Amino acid sequence: MKISGSPEHVKFLRRERRTDAAVRIIQIGILVAFLFLWEILARTETIDSFITSSPSKMLATFKTISTSVWKHIGVTLYEAVLSFALATVGGTLIAIALWFSGLARRISEPYLVVLNSLPKIALGPIIIIWVGAGTGAIVVMALLISLIITVINTLQGFVSVDPDKILLMKTFRANKLQVLLKLVLPANVPNMINCLKINVGLTWVGTIMGEYLVSKAGLGYLIVYGGQVFNLSLVMCSTFILCVLSGGMYAIVAIIERIVNKKYGFCS
Amino acid sequence: MKEILQMKKVGLTYHSRKGETTAIEDFDLTVYEGEFLGVVGPSGAGKTTLLSLLDGILTPTSGDITLDGQTLKTANVGYMLQRDQLFNWRTVKKNVLLGLELKGKVTAKDEEYADLLLNKYGLSDFADRFPNELSGGMRQRVALIRTLVLEPRIILLDEPFSALDFQTRLSVGEDVRRIIKEEKLTAVLVTHDISEAIALCDRVAVLTSRPAKVKSIHDTKLSGGTSLEKREDENFSSAFAEVWKELTYEN
Ligand SMILES: Nc1ncnc2c1ncn2[C@@H]1O[C@H](COP(=O)(O)OP(=O)(O)OP(=O)(O)O)[C@@H](O)[C@H]1O
Ligand SMILES: [Mg+2]
Repeated sequence: MKISGSPEHVKFLRRERRTDAAVRIIQIGILVAFLFLWEILARTETIDSFITSSPSKMLATFKTISTSVWKHIGVTLYEAVLSFALATVGGTLIAIALWFSGLARRISEPYLVVLNSLPKIALGPIIIIWVGAGTGAIVVMALLISLIITVINTLQGFVSVDPDKILLMKTFRANKLQVLLKLVLPANVPNMINCLKINVGLTWVGTIMGEYLVSKAGLGYLIVYGGQVFNLSLVMCSTFILCVLSGGMYAIVAIIERIVNKKYGFCS
Repeated sequence: MKEILQMKKVGLTYHSRKGETTAIEDFDLTVYEGEFLGVVGPSGAGKTTLLSLLDGILTPTSGDITLDGQTLKTANVGYMLQRDQLFNWRTVKKNVLLGLELKGKVTAKDEEYADLLLNKYGLSDFADRFPNELSGGMRQRVALIRTLVLEPRIILLDEPFSALDFQTRLSVGEDVRRIIKEEKLTAVLVTHDISEAIALCDRVAVLTSRPAKVKSIHDTKLSGGTSLEKREDENFSSAFAEVWKELTYEN
């Protein structure tokens, strides 16, 4: 953005920009300082790097596993993206179906409430027996965790559309499908994007939990394996990669949000 | 004058879990082509119900409503709601075209007409903006144009100015009156504001409290074209008093 306006305004904008830069610098600084302190404390043997690992050890571990790690990243990413997509699309479709039929909505309500409060991990054994101990079980686990909440949140948004706007659509003789396409869906874009953001987090929870239960590959597998053989550097290194991946996925959703907001004029 | 809309012995009863409410009963009303009819009545009388019946979103429990001698089923009625209800994710132009989109395809001729109306009523610069950049008065004009592009036979207005501050209300009211007269439309305006009804409308119908019936109809006969000129007419206050008395003294 270009800085222009009265001298006071230019001053104001400059100040704002400086604050922005300072925030960014401090954010990065904290991370650097943290890694630096960690490394120093490990090298001076103030902390036991066998238990805490250290940045340099993590880097060394990454180098040794660098050929095989991509496979693990790929496996986990595949599971996470697949269950994210299924949960989002499936959840939205179910919400649309329930929006269409008020009766179905009322009938399904207690089931949704119970399923939502059930700790999905309890279904682990059942899933493994039904789906088999493989990628399928992991995806189903991740899907279960995010699907119900997607349905509930999306449906909540759908039914809270301003009744006066629905009345307006009725005055234009709109049918229910038109009300959905021209009013309910566009009005719910911000809500659905929020739902995506929540799903990013939940999908990763589900995927890693699934990998803890059953897996032969993936970052969750590496973490469990690393824990079992007491290779904390492997655990930390995998966790760090996980941070990067989930952060990246969140960033993609944030970019989508920005594009959509621009298109629909939702920006403040 | 030619009759355009007729209500004969119309009744409407709402059913809800708490019970039933008869909002309108034995309702007779005739609207003439080209007139601007005002409707005032106590709150909760059934004014919104009346307009919903005229629009055809509600079907009368008893009696008949006809537009140009035909039932309302397929009639082309324009309905302007209390608040503008513009969709903030659509540009002004897209908002204006909403009704047409819902009817089917928007033809080049439709778009031309929309542009013409936007231009005529000072909104062409805002056609590609979003509604949140518009003032309350402009939004109300966009809402009116959204109704006008459908070229309705009759236009219904349910307290369209009640969300506006007093000054905007006066000028938007006059804008709407002028537009409706210029487009040679027939209109029914429901309002709480007696002076607004007298200043804008040709005739004013006073309703009883619920269940609503027409208590009396007043021909304002004030001189002057604009609502401002009418407000300055020496008979304005007596017309006001006449309607006000009808409204307040229950028989
Ligand atoms: N959908 C509905 N179901 C049940 N009762 C209703 C419904 N809509 C309106 N009513 C009742 O019918 C009566 C008339 O309502 P209506 O909205 O037509 O009155 P109004 O004259 O427009 O009121 P206001 O002055 O508040 O705008 C009221 O008693 C109201 O409670
Ligand atoms: Mg009302």
